Amino acid sequence: MTFSKTRRLAMTGLRLGLLAVVVVLAFGPGFLEVGTMRLCAQVFLLMVLAMMWNLLAGYADIVTVGQHAFVGIGAYALYGLTAKAGLSLPVAILGAGAVALVLAVPITAIVFRMRAAYLAIGTWVVAEVCTLLASKIPGYGGATGITLPGQVIRALGGNVRDRFANLYWISLGLVVVAYLATALLLRSRVGVGLMAMRDNEEAAGAIGVNLVASRIICFLWAALFLGLAGGVLALLNLRIQPAASFSLIDYTVYVIFAAVIGGVGSIEGAIIGVLVYVGLRNAFSDYSNLYLMFLGALSILIMLVEPRGIWGLIRRVLPENIILVSHPYRGRAGREQGES
Amino acid sequence: MTADDALLRIDGLRVFHGKFEALPGVDMQVGAGEVVSIIGANGAGKSSLLKAIVGQVDRIEGEIAFGGSSLAGRATPAIVAGGIALVPEGRRLFPSLSVEENLSMGAEVGRKGEIGLDEVFGMFPILRERRRQRARELSGGQQQMIAVGRALMANPRLLLCDEISLGLAPTIVNDIYRILPQVRDRGIGIVVVEQDIGRSLKVADRFYCMLEGKFSLTGRPEETDRATVMKHYFGL
Amino acid sequence: MFDGLLNQLVQGVLQGGLYAMFAVGLSLSVGVMRLVNIAHGDFIVLGSFTLYSICTALGISPFLAMLIILPPAFGLGYLLQTLLFQRIVGKDILPVILVTFGLSIIIQNGLLMGYGPNPRDLNAGALETASLNLGGGVAVGVFPLLTFVSAVALIFALDRFLYRSRTGAKIRAVSDDVEAARLIGLSSRKIYATAMGLVMVTIAISACFMGVRTNFNPASGPSQLLIAFEAVVMGGLGSLWGTLWGGILIGLAQAIGARIALPWEVLSGHLLFLAVLALRPQGLMPKE
Repeated sequence: MTFSKTRRLAMTGLRLGLLAVVVVLAFGPGFLEVGTMRLCAQVFLLMVLAMMWNLLAGYADIVTVGQHAFVGIGAYALYGLTAKAGLSLPVAILGAGAVALVLAVPITAIVFRMRAAYLAIGTWVVAEVCTLLASKIPGYGGATGITLPGQVIRALGGNVRDRFANLYWISLGLVVVAYLATALLLRSRVGVGLMAMRDNEEAAGAIGVNLVASRIICFLWAALFLGLAGGVLALLNLRIQPAASFSLIDYTVYVIFAAVIGGVGSIEGAIIGVLVYVGLRNAFSDYSNLYLMFLGALSILIMLVEPRGIWGLIRRVLPENIILVSHPYRGRAGREQGES
Repeated sequence: MTADDALLRIDGLRVFHGKFEALPGVDMQVGAGEVVSIIGANGAGKSSLLKAIVGQVDRIEGEIAFGGSSLAGRATPAIVAGGIALVPEGRRLFPSLSVEENLSMGAEVGRKGEIGLDEVFGMFPILRERRRQRARELSGGQQQMIAVGRALMANPRLLLCDEISLGLAPTIVNDIYRILPQVRDRGIGIVVVEQDIGRSLKVADRFYCMLEGKFSLTGRPEETDRATVMKHYFGL
Repeated sequence: MFDGLLNQLVQGVLQGGLYAMFAVGLSLSVGVMRLVNIAHGDFIVLGSFTLYSICTALGISPFLAMLIILPPAFGLGYLLQTLLFQRIVGKDILPVILVTFGLSIIIQNGLLMGYGPNPRDLNAGALETASLNLGGGVAVGVFPLLTFVSAVALIFALDRFLYRSRTGAKIRAVSDDVEAARLIGLSSRKIYATAMGLVMVTIAISACFMGVRTNFNPASGPSQLLIAFEAVVMGGLGSLWGTLWGGILIGLAQAIGARIALPWEVLSGHLLFLAVLALRPQGLMPKE
């Protein structure tokens, strides 16, 4: 057997393994504790957030530090659509995504007037504005927030176990859908154009790909899924509150660290990053400040040493990504700026 | 001239941009007070050669010796402070700086010496009139004068000129080329890289003709007939 | 209805002076090194806590303490640029954002561990409460006025330095075209390091004025960053005097917002920024 055949076999094995994990996970509520299901649901939702940040940073060349805006919008929309409009849960969750998508349009119009790092901080300003505005919407609990009404909680399931089982499935479903849909997006004309852009901006323009449109599509795409995740997070937390629903730390800082540690520019990276992050978080739960400092230092180190993160290290051994989307982010960081 | 008294001596120089070999191997010498022209078509590797001398390429093999000592491993600031100044292709001025400030940047990076603002203004009087204006407000020819002046302000022993006639009207090019003999008479070695063969050969004491990264012909302009040069220029 | 409006507007302008002070360092690092430093606000807060410790330990005035920390602040900036930022300044934005974001988190949590979450402030004695009555219902605090004057003086001094000194000319040269600088042998390293040293000096000065003017806690940094960023963008990237106008505009917007309803104070500044961005993305006073 040749070397390359061995490798191909190994890749097939890894892919089947991943599929098997997903199948086993689907039966999770049959054997998992309530607390574990809750943790898993959180992990799944974090994966969605990390995937979306990664879609923007790793492929569309948009680094945001304000994605908590859309998570919070999703949460507040879910409250409005259930508690105020009385819609059923599935419709309300989809509606949360839709509201985030719709609000993303004017936001895009403003923040896309800036580029690169300016755009990044621009999204942060937008998120800050959304947080402040959320505390001023009448009937949504002001700055202290509000608990989801009883009928919404009952609609999730008759008892605690059913509720968390449903949340678990919804979250798992959201990861799978977010992954498949994003993989399709990246294989479409939009994705191909973006990858061509990373290799050579002029060439991408020459083959007729509208890069601005592609990047806007990615931004709206991310807003949709962040909104969906935000809606589910509101159900998981059973309440909305400006500071918590629009949490910079939980939905942007951690997510960025997770995505970067795992590896920007690959979906595997987002998944690995979230797992590593949650594992470390539980290990360091008594030293949260120290842990955050460690994460900060780690992400600085990664940027200087291996900008493609853990998955970048693994890929030095592995011939290709398990989840085939594209060639990964080619980090150019760490290159000396000084005289050669 | 012999290799021993050469100001600049290059042996078997190969230049790489990443994996791409821009220059497959050249030997050349430049003496003090000598004008050496390098002619060659676009993409022949002329700019790579000049950039290699000032330490601005990814990687080189072979030897570059200046004033008898090797330049290997030296960074650009050290090379420039040691007496080599480049007039970069496309002028590369600092557009928001005044004429005088642009010139003074040359003094900042170079050696102490006799050439100062007054000498440069003596060579290019128009720059004295415009000394307070921003570089970008000047015409292309005047900007080229600043670029040459900036390099001279570094008081080099070797001056490298990359395509200084590019895109300029002939009369303005004359104004700039006119000063090269004065510079040479100060004992400064000059390397002129040009696509314009006629202009280049007129000013040169010696020339090298470059074809696909190698010197295909070398000699003194007065001893070489035009047809031979053209043949080696185009590789016919 | 217009009772005290003029007074509030004057206070807004003076507050804008403090914002301009925050912003001028960011303007410099953005203009010269194209470095959008997310930890800018956190460095200001770090400075305020450092001053707090010095003042508490030695029992001296915050202004004297500020003078003491100016040289080390310059050194810190110089080292930070040389050891860290120099490796990431370039075309890619991800490393710039991640590294400065990482620093921001490290500083915030380090301060939290060292000082706890409680707000502190710097005590400048009677100066803090003194005020001048200008008539017509307008009374200005001596300290806000001093802050504003200091901000203008700082910008004036930086402008002079950049446009009248040899080092300033070198800073502008690498800011114009760092590749060209490299080609002619002008090393950007020391120039960038010097510029970052200056940025830290402005941060140390801001830290003193902010600490006397308002309470601060370890989490105060990001809001200073956002305001500084808005002032820089509104003023036109890289324009120092533009940054002053940007700061004043935010101060005015906040004053007007606070007049409508106090909780709208901070929001008004952000909304003005977004409106300006939508209408005039190049800023109000773009650098030619």
